[in-house]
Amino acid sequence: MGYKQSPSQTVGPYFAYALTPEQYGYDFKAITGNQLADETVEGERIRILGRVLDGAGSPVDDAMVEIWQADAQGRYAHPADPRGSNLAFRGFGRHGTGTDPELRFIFDTVKPGAVEGQAPHITMCVMARGMLSHAFTRIYFSDETEANATDPVLATVPQDRRATLIARREDTQAGIVYRFDVHLQGDDETVFFDL
Amino acid sequence: MTAHGPFSPRDWAAHPPYVYPGYKSTGLRGPTQPLIPLKQTLSELTGPVFGAESVGPLDHDLTKNARVNGEPLGERIVVGGRVLDEDGTPVPNTLIEVWQANAAGRYIHKNDQHDAPLDPNFRGSGRCVTDADGWYRFYSIKPGAYPWGNHPNAWRPNHIHFSLFGPAFATRLVTQMYFPGDPLLDLDPIYLGAGEGARELLISNFDLDLTEEGFALGYRFDILLRGRDATPSQE
Ligand SMILES: [Fe+3]
Repeated sequence: MGYKQSPSQTVGPYFAYALTPEQYGYDFKAITGNQLADETVEGERIRILGRVLDGAGSPVDDAMVEIWQADAQGRYAHPADPRGSNLAFRGFGRHGTGTDPELRFIFDTVKPGAVEGQAPHITMCVMARGMLSHAFTRIYFSDETEANATDPVLATVPQDRRATLIARREDTQAGIVYRFDVHLQGDDETVFFDL
Repeated sequence: MTAHGPFSPRDWAAHPPYVYPGYKSTGLRGPTQPLIPLKQTLSELTGPVFGAESVGPLDHDLTKNARVNGEPLGERIVVGGRVLDEDGTPVPNTLIEVWQANAAGRYIHKNDQHDAPLDPNFRGSGRCVTDADGWYRFYSIKPGAYPWGNHPNAWRPNHIHFSLFGPAFATRLVTQMYFPGDPLLDLDPIYLGAGEGARELLISNFDLDLTEEGFALGYRFDILLRGRDATPSQE
C-alpha cells in the first residue's frame, strides 16, 4: 500500500465517441480536433502526419494521438507561460488513426517557435488499445539542424535513436508537410520519455 | 537516473507496465526500450486549459444527453469525488471526459460487435469540470460487463473510462473506474496490470451521502494525479 497516484489504464478501442466524436461522426461536440490554427493565427502553416506502427510494422487503427505545442513565437497558452499565447491559438490537438484511409493522424497547425533555448518541438502523447499507459514523445523538425544540434533534450538521447524524433519535411503543392511515424516497437522504436 | 521536477515522477510501481503478458494486445504495442528521463521544461509544465466554458449544459448528465424518445434503461448512478494531487492538494477547474458501455454492456462505437442491445436513449459519453476544491460529479447508468477476445470466456468488469488533464501536459491521465465487489476484477488483466496496492485506487465506493433519494445510487471515486516534488528542482 501507500501508492498515491491513480494508475493509468488503457484508453481501449472505443474512445472515439467521447474523445474524438466529430472526427468519427458521433453526435457529440468535440473539445478539440486536428485543426489547431484558424486564419487569425500568425505563423508558418504546416501539416504533420504519420502512422502509429506496432511491433509487426502494422499501422494501428485505434490509436489516439495528442499534440501540445507553443505558438510561432514560442509561447504556450497556459498560465505557467507569463508571456501568453495569441488568444486564438490553444496549441492542443487530438486525432484518432481510425478515419484516414491510410490510418494516419493528421494535424494542421503552425510551426512552433523555440522555447527556452530548446529547438522548436511539439510534445506528443500516444494512446491506444493495448497500451496500458500513454507514451510521451517529441516531434522535432528536419529543417532545424542547427537548433537540434544544441537542444538539451535531444542531447540526452543516444545518437543512434535521435532520428526517431525528427519529422521529415516535404514541400508539397498543398504546402509544408512533416512526416512523423511513431514506432511502438522494433528496430526503429520511437524514443519515449519519462517526463 | 531520473530527471524530473517540478512534477514528481510517474510512479511506475503503481502504473501498469507497457508490456503485460496477461493483456495480449500489449505484446506488439507496448514500447520495450527504456524511457529516456526528461527534465521537465515549460513544454511539460504547461498543457491545454479546458474550464467550465468547455462543457455544455447536459454534458455531465449521461442519462439526459442523448435522449431520443425516453429515458435510458438501467440503474441510474451518480458518480462524484475529488481530483487531488498525490499530496492531497485539490486540482481545480480541470476537465474530466468519461465514456462507457450501456446497461447491457454494449458501446455505441461502430466497432463494438457484442451481441447485446444498443439503447437508443444512451450514448455513454460526457464530460465535467472540477470546481475550485477539486470536486466533480456526473450522472449516468451503471455500465454492464462485456466480453472481449483476450482469452477464453474473458469479460471486462463494469467500468467507466476517465480522461483527465490536470494542471499540465505532464499530469495527463487516462484511467478506468470500477465498482466495489465486482467478481470479474480478479480475473481482469487490465485491472491487474496496475500495481498491487495501487489498483485498489481504481475501485469506487458506494456512498449513501452521494446517493439521491428515489433517484440514483451514488459512487465516490477520487482520482490522484502526480504532485510536485518536495524539494526544489536542481537545474
Ligand atoms: Fe471499456
